[in-house]
Amino acid sequence: MTINEIKTLLDAQMLCGDDPDCEIQSACGSDMMSDVLAYVKHQAVLLTGLVNPQVIRTAEMMDMRCIVFVRSKQPSPAMVELACESGIAVLATSKRMYEACGILYANGLKGNGELDG
Amino acid sequence: MADALTFHYEVDGGNFTSAGQASVQVKKNLRQLGFDPETIRRVSIAMYEGEINMVIHAGGGVADVTVEDGCIRIVLTDHGPGIADIDKAMEEGFSTARDNIRSLGFGAGMGLPNMKRYTDEMQIDSAVGVGTTITMKVNY
Ligand SMILES: Nc1ncnc2c1ncn2[C@@H]1O[C@H](COP(=O)(O)OP(=O)(O)OP(=O)(O)O)[C@@H](O)[C@H]1O
Ligand SMILES: [Mg+2]
Repeated sequence: MTINEIKTLLDAQMLCGDDPDCEIQSACGSDMMSDVLAYVKHQAVLLTGLVNPQVIRTAEMMDMRCIVFVRSKQPSPAMVELACESGIAVLATSKRMYEACGILYANGLKGNGELDG
Repeated sequence: MADALTFHYEVDGGNFTSAGQASVQVKKNLRQLGFDPETIRRVSIAMYEGEINMVIHAGGGVADVTVEDGCIRIVLTDHGPGIADIDKAMEEGFSTARDNIRSLGFGAGMGLPNMKRYTDEMQIDSAVGVGTTITMKVNY
């Protein structure tokens, strides 16, 4: 699935991202960055309802390619800039976490359990 | 051998917004030096966890990262409250973080065990009322 397809499926706004055709294999959803740092392996998309700069830095440390803010959360311009500098695409959707994750999963985006390693 | 390459950072303890900046910078530097992605990832995650800990538990500190022959050494030093029971602190799920920290997305008690998992060596020296020094090594 590409970042552009995620945008369409979630009816999301793209706040930054210069590689919308980037291929994504798997995703994770969490409001706890502690858990993302401890449990996530190679998921390239983070869905979250938490909004602070640590979300961007956590995604960057984990080599993620895209962050989706759910529940109409809007990151600040400074946060979007931080993501841009790191080559991370930022999407915002009005859908709730459960719904957003469900839509992506139903369309073939896997979690970590179903991938090797 | 030539002098080891060292990066030094002051980590501001009063500013959660900027927490993690040193780790982001280290990641950029290691990329520029041409390290493989897995090594960079291990160093980045371990250092970021430690940097966040210094900000939320210890009021800030300093970080020194040295690129040595065969390994990258990360030393995090603070003059915070120290860790009374290091074995306990190393347990998954043990945290003294308050709810305000949890609402920022941290405080699950996963950081120290995660640092251990991503590094080849980790040593914690801590004294209550004096501070904490954490030394980590990632071999490459
Ligand atoms: N630099 C430090 N100074 C003082 N206490 C510390 C320091 N680092 C860790 N601790 C203590 O060790 C506990 C466990 O740390 P750890 O990083 O594993 O979890 P956490 O920071 O509470 O939550 P998480 O890392 O999952 O966000 C902390 O709650 C704190 O009591
Ligand atoms: Mg921690």
